[in-house]
Amino acid sequence: MSAETKEREPLFSQKNLKLVTKPLNLNNPITVQVLGICSALAVTAKLKPAIVMGISVMVVLAASNVVISLLRKGIPSRIRIIVQLVVIATMVILVDQVLKAFVYDISKQLSVFVGLIITNCIIMGRLEAFAMSNKPWPAFLDGIGNAAGYSLILIIVAFFRELFGSGTLFGLQVIPQSFYELGYKNNGLMILPPMALITLGVIIWVQRYKNRELIEK
Amino acid sequence: MKALRKYLDKIKPNFEKGGKYHWLWSTFEGLETFLFVPNTVTKSGAHIRDAVDMKRIMSTVIIATLPALFFGMWNVGYQHYLSLGETTGFWQNFIFGLQKILPVIIVSYVVGLGIEFYFAQIRGHEINEGYLVTGMLIPLILPPDIPLWIVAVAVAFSVIFGKEVFGGTGMNVVNPALLARAFLFFAYPGDMSGDKVWIADKADSYSGATPLGHALVGDFSHLASFKDMFMGYIPGSVGETSTLMILIGAAILLITGVASWRIMLSVFAGGYLMGLLFNLWGANEYMQIPAYYHLVMGGFAFGAVFMATDPVTSAQTNKGKYIYGLLIGMMAVLIRVFNPAYPEGMMLAILLFNVFAPLIDHYVIEANIKKRLKRVKAIVNS
Repeated sequence: MSAETKEREPLFSQKNLKLVTKPLNLNNPITVQVLGICSALAVTAKLKPAIVMGISVMVVLAASNVVISLLRKGIPSRIRIIVQLVVIATMVILVDQVLKAFVYDISKQLSVFVGLIITNCIIMGRLEAFAMSNKPWPAFLDGIGNAAGYSLILIIVAFFRELFGSGTLFGLQVIPQSFYELGYKNNGLMILPPMALITLGVIIWVQRYKNRELIEK
Repeated sequence: MKALRKYLDKIKPNFEKGGKYHWLWSTFEGLETFLFVPNTVTKSGAHIRDAVDMKRIMSTVIIATLPALFFGMWNVGYQHYLSLGETTGFWQNFIFGLQKILPVIIVSYVVGLGIEFYFAQIRGHEINEGYLVTGMLIPLILPPDIPLWIVAVAVAFSVIFGKEVFGGTGMNVVNPALLARAFLFFAYPGDMSGDKVWIADKADSYSGATPLGHALVGDFSHLASFKDMFMGYIPGSVGETSTLMILIGAAILLITGVASWRIMLSVFAGGYLMGLLFNLWGANEYMQIPAYYHLVMGGFAFGAVFMATDPVTSAQTNKGKYIYGLLIGMMAVLIRVFNPAYPEGMMLAILLFNVFAPLIDHYVIEANIKKRLKRVKAIVNS
């Protein structure tokens, strides 16, 4: 018992930090694991909903990772998916209610996609792959890291889509009016979901170009 | 010519392996083969020799588009002065159109070839002629008044995402020229649809609606006559108004054997059949217009001759070509009539069946394998 406590690693050990940083790039849930694409396409037309979505996923993922990690020894493996779903659904409903209470208009923009966090593959994937076999603290960090990687991609995609699609960032016009007077126009395709897929493709392209080891054979 | 050859030979070692400018090899090679017929030949084995290569095919298509292009230039001027209520001579019309269209062609080529050169350079590929036709087709399917920077964006988009990400010329899934148009259609609808864009510098009081535009709002009394639509005296995208000129281009393509007659024939047949079906149904006025009107309205003929026949993106098997063409023709008319919010059904129909072409081929081949297996079994059993 006492030996174990002595060997306990510090809270922010190298290994634990990796849990947070790796999903940001080399093990990114969207661009490398290719999970959670659906919501990434749906909520990235504007920056604000994308960020709110990122935060929501972070809360849900971190919290359910911790809960599942605490319960991991008590969950019979045959019904573990159902248990995981119940935990995720609880968290999602909590987040949804909070959003509805405090940022109603954004919650309306995100519409069904907050509810659909339940089916977001990233969350189920992390619960299965990590929380079921790790202690609460690393599970928490893993949740934060993966959700941060997810949000990062969402924010990049949303940045370009809002900039070129609406000429705004966070709803404020950033492309000067004089450009419009010269004949510049917003790109209507950027607001449509196909362009989110293409933007995502470009991010994957750039990332693979920078990190050759990620290229699939 | 000789001096140029000598000069090229002199600077050539600089670009070969180990040379100072080896990283520019693709560009040099592209320029050299553009100026002179390559003198490198296969050294061993028996080969069938033929004058047809990619360069020849591409040049033939370019020549085939010229009637439509020149008529388009004249028509742009004609429509412009007509909207102003002035009568003008042939040359005045033509020169006005030339001024409008030449910059679009130049932008299309400079941007497109620039990207192609860049990618060839990075990949160490030879530069090929793949963009020459696309670069000509893009100006032909755009409205005359299109802003140049929008053309540049669309060309860049279609070359990078339609072609280069799939591996360059010959590897693309959908027709890059149509992809450029589809991109513009959804990205800048204000410049690509409506009644305002089809006549260059139109007078405000003049209605600039295309036949499809009239049909869209159910205004069939103003629909141009069949003769006008066939000859092309109507507003529209630059190259697609004159069915006659397109048919001349089609004849060039068919005589030289560059494009598939099976596809052209079946696209027209498909459109006509669908028109006839709608005539039988006749639920609204759009369905009642004569079936052959559909073949001369909008971009139907242009799509059938120059777009659907693209050898890279169309079906490859003979039976597949009939199916592919028929489906394109029927779908184009279907989209037009049922969803007039997308007046140009031809573009969407071709793009859709570009994607389906490999599947069509797959089933045609599977069916053939099955048929032949059956024949073998019958022989073995008897």
